[in-house]
Amino acid sequence: MTDKQKEILKNRIAATVAWIVTILIFFPIFWMFLTSFKTEGQAIAVPPLLLFDPTIENYTLINERTDYVKHAWNSIITSVGGTALAMLIAIPSAYAMAFSPGRWTKDILLWMLSTKMLPAVGVLMPIYLISQYFGLLDTRIALVIIYSLINLPIIMMILFNYFREIPKEILEASRMDGTSTINEITQVVMPLAWGGLASTALLSIVLLWNEAFWSIALTSGDAGTLVSLVASFSSPEGLFWAKLSAVSMLACAPIMIFGWLTQKQLVQGLTFGAVK
Amino acid sequence: MNRTLARWLQAPSIILLLIWMIVPLSMTVYFSTQRYLLQKPELSGFVGWSNYEYFYTDPRFWPAIVNTLVLVGSVLAITVFLGLAIAILIDRPFPGRGIARVMLISPFFIMPTVNALLWKNMMMDPIQGLLSVVSRFFGATPIEWLADFPLFSIILIVSWQWTPFAILIFMTSLQSQDQEQMEAATLDGAGFWAKFWNLTLPHLARPIAIVIMIQMIFHLSVFAEILVTTSGGPGTSSTNLTFLIYQEALFGFDVGSASAGGVFAIILANIVAYFLVKAIGKNLTV
Repeated sequence: MTDKQKEILKNRIAATVAWIVTILIFFPIFWMFLTSFKTEGQAIAVPPLLLFDPTIENYTLINERTDYVKHAWNSIITSVGGTALAMLIAIPSAYAMAFSPGRWTKDILLWMLSTKMLPAVGVLMPIYLISQYFGLLDTRIALVIIYSLINLPIIMMILFNYFREIPKEILEASRMDGTSTINEITQVVMPLAWGGLASTALLSIVLLWNEAFWSIALTSGDAGTLVSLVASFSSPEGLFWAKLSAVSMLACAPIMIFGWLTQKQLVQGLTFGAVK
Repeated sequence: MNRTLARWLQAPSIILLLIWMIVPLSMTVYFSTQRYLLQKPELSGFVGWSNYEYFYTDPRFWPAIVNTLVLVGSVLAITVFLGLAIAILIDRPFPGRGIARVMLISPFFIMPTVNALLWKNMMMDPIQGLLSVVSRFFGATPIEWLADFPLFSIILIVSWQWTPFAILIFMTSLQSQDQEQMEAATLDGAGFWAKFWNLTLPHLARPIAIVIMIQMIFHLSVFAEILVTTSGGPGTSSTNLTFLIYQEALFGFDVGSASAGGVFAIILANIVAYFLVKAIGKNLTV
């Protein structure tokens, strides 16, 4: 065998191994997808069915057995609302830090990141009691406020990095032309940063959509998100695998697509800008 | 932009985060010195260290600490090892790499409760679960995963979700590796392992450190996966510190001792956070 043949063989083997690993890791999701189109009887058949008559009954009947629409609505409002509030606070701050950094800017950013490391369970009681005091237990407002605060440091960090990558020369040129600060922001910086802002917001929505601790601890029936709806399937409804799968697919599919679109921000956001 | 305006723009985020940090934190410390039972508010008062003593001498405390550390340590070992191996495996081009990458990172976007129930039922169920079907196919006795190996099962479930995270980070930083250097080493006759130890691993040293520390922060507070699979049982065999405090707080209604536990959790997280902030700080250019 020549060296070239050896190289080709090596590449083939590597590709095969890579695909086997990929399929193994992805398989549970694929299986959940299949199960969501089975009847309850087919779902628990032994040996498991790979070929079957698919039914969409689990999807069409979802709202009869669960409060799917209400929980989905809560998930949308809390994750989008929390993100919007955090972006509203973070954009001006990150902008000022990036374009007019002071002596303490770096320390302030690091301190902000460190608040992210406070374990939620360490402040469970105070947050619970404060929410109770203001009558906000089991409301979406409480979740929106908490969600915006837990994501604020990550959003600050990503936006700060975005704004810093905008070439200073562009700003200086526009200042020479006598552009006001407001116009500088709305007409020069924002068009450049727009894509970055959008994907930062998407990442924040992904993280909040899947947030479990506060959602489970602070809500019961009214403001529960999809995370807590699925948690309620742990027993005894969990025995209905096909319905569980259908609810899960609906709860995860949109966010998985968002996730695929925001890989780059995810890397930056979750490593606090340390890996790019 | 002048300095004053810059300060005003920064103020809201700084003030809000300051409040978010200080108010609950000082309340937790305060409650931890009080007797405070939600169902018997008339009994409240200052009790000094006794909540800490109560929490510390609780027979569930040490198992919970040990479980927390075992969970964090095992998940780290599994995810970093697999993450490295898979990231290097898919670093070279192969047919369908784009699709494979998307499939590989997908589990990271599954919400924790779905993840846990999917594994609890469709994978690990001792009768109909896929894992038991596979083991029966090979003539082995199916394992009662969550009953016999509760902590190990949770480690598997969490690792399935976080290996994609490690893959994603390592994959991203491998792309910035100096390819000319790698080719030069190949021409000099360096084998795979020589290149791995001398070039790839040093290049990935910081991403590995970051992945370890980020995961530590998240895994110290693993919660939903335990709640929906084992509820910490059987006994305390899969209770971690977060879950123990949660039980104390929202099932036991004991604010005082839950807060004392919270202080323990905060101290544990701070030790990790200290090193993390040091590592990130070096990279932050202002």
